[in-house]
Amino acid sequence: MLLVKDVCKSFFPGTINEKIALKDVTVEMQEGEFVTLIGGNGAGKSTLLNCVAGVYGVNRGSVYVDDIDVTRLPEHKRAAVLGRVFQDPMMGTAANMGIEENLALAYRRGEKRGLRWGITRKERELYRRHLERLELGLEDRMDIKVGLLSGGQRQALTLLMATLKKPKVLLLDEHTAALDPKTAQRVLEITQQLVEENNLTTMMVTHNMRDAIKYGNRLIMMHEGQIVLDINGEEKKKLTVEDLLRRFGQVSGEEFANDRALLS
Amino acid sequence: MLDIITGAISLGLLWAVMTIGVFITYRILNIADLTVEGSIAMGAAIAAQGITMGLNPFLATALALAGGMAAGLITGLLHTQLKIPALLSGILTMIALWSVNLRIMGKANISLLRMNTVYTFLESFGMDKTYAIIVLGLLLVLALVSLLYWFFGTEIGSAIRVTGNNPHMARALGINTNTTLILGLIISNGLVAFSGALIAQSQSYADVQMGTGSIVIGLASVIIGEVLFGRQHFFGRLTALVLGAVTYRIIIALVLKLGMPANDLKLFTAITVAIALSLPVIKQYLNPHRFREVE
Repeated sequence: MLLVKDVCKSFFPGTINEKIALKDVTVEMQEGEFVTLIGGNGAGKSTLLNCVAGVYGVNRGSVYVDDIDVTRLPEHKRAAVLGRVFQDPMMGTAANMGIEENLALAYRRGEKRGLRWGITRKERELYRRHLERLELGLEDRMDIKVGLLSGGQRQALTLLMATLKKPKVLLLDEHTAALDPKTAQRVLEITQQLVEENNLTTMMVTHNMRDAIKYGNRLIMMHEGQIVLDINGEEKKKLTVEDLLRRFGQVSGEEFANDRALLS
Repeated sequence: MLDIITGAISLGLLWAVMTIGVFITYRILNIADLTVEGSIAMGAAIAAQGITMGLNPFLATALALAGGMAAGLITGLLHTQLKIPALLSGILTMIALWSVNLRIMGKANISLLRMNTVYTFLESFGMDKTYAIIVLGLLLVLALVSLLYWFFGTEIGSAIRVTGNNPHMARALGINTNTTLILGLIISNGLVAFSGALIAQSQSYADVQMGTGSIVIGLASVIIGEVLFGRQHFFGRLTALVLGAVTYRIIIALVLKLGMPANDLKLFTAITVAIALSLPVIKQYLNPHRFREVE
């Protein structure tokens, strides 16, 4: 469903500030896979996600969604097949527009927009049913401005918007990092629910090891722009935070040793 | 006194068209577009030159609208394709339009005295020119407000609104924000030039300088409208702009009547806008215990 092939990405190439964010990264995801992507700061998790989404172009390599090469497509064209939720709750919704207006915009993702009315009565019913299932009480105030909602409510709404029209791949970029633990838990439950119901191919960036283990059926760990760990199936189910910490230490330690060896 | 008020109302209705144009860039697209200073004069220039050359005044006004749209397109391309900041793109087009407008007119101003204008046919019913302007202005403004209310409710219109509100989200939802920005700038400057054409015909002359300071007048009208007549609903917001533009003209007429020298007008307007724009900060300063974030 998603294939990232030999992708390299560096920022400010050719300058003294050059930063290599991705080094020949290759990931292939099957339909229905739910990958949690974990790693330290600057590991390249978000860069990888943004390269898939088209926010950044890649320096080398290709990105395929459902066997279609999207490497050269701009962000808004790729949006037709991607659902996205951002870390910042402000980023996924339009604060000055109503809940239903936001949903109506999302409902038309990937469609040609014309001079038809932006929202129909039939859609409103559909939105109401979807909102009811979030159990946040939003269904009774669909015309209020999204700016009046809390961060958690906005993230839940963004999740609904990202999945309202089924995406080929759902990209979640630390979408609970800005929320308090309890709200984050609730938003993760909603995520799980939406992913399962729609059998969505999902890539979720997180820096919470517990969440990375608890959710999804495959775990990828990145370090310094490379994939250093990729586990799925039974192995993933048995994984503990201690295992993960140990593996992380091993991997980063080795890396460090290698660098030293090169320098000496 | 009544003359002053009706005069202010007639002028306000024509400037309301321009105010709506400014609202589209300033409030909906969330950019300060200075192209309008050039496009309002361009509208006047095209209409005046067209009428002098013997064109039907309505056709000349339509050409003015088209000219303004072209100006908006240029600013849009500078901003989205060449990545020049919006403010600077507008300034570049504005400066360029100064020369373009002089070329259109061939001189710095054109008189339209004793020529056919869009108001002539109403005057031929025995209506005084000021009332003719009010009648036509009201009809146009009403039609425009309805048209824009419809347009910004459509799928494309919603896409333009969300572009100004949250461009990241817009792109994530498959909206080409370059296209929507250009579209908004085209509509905005088309309206501003249209307004310039109407104003030139109402005052019976077009002048290359008439755009100077117009952005501030437009902003003042937007803000007065929002503060005094502001509504949540989009139709209410559009109507508030019209009332704001008219109120602005009435205020100006009154302060002039009270003896303020006309040369101080721009200073007065600039101070009014500066105060209005800083109201949120002033309020917070006066009330330090309230740290609620204002959208």
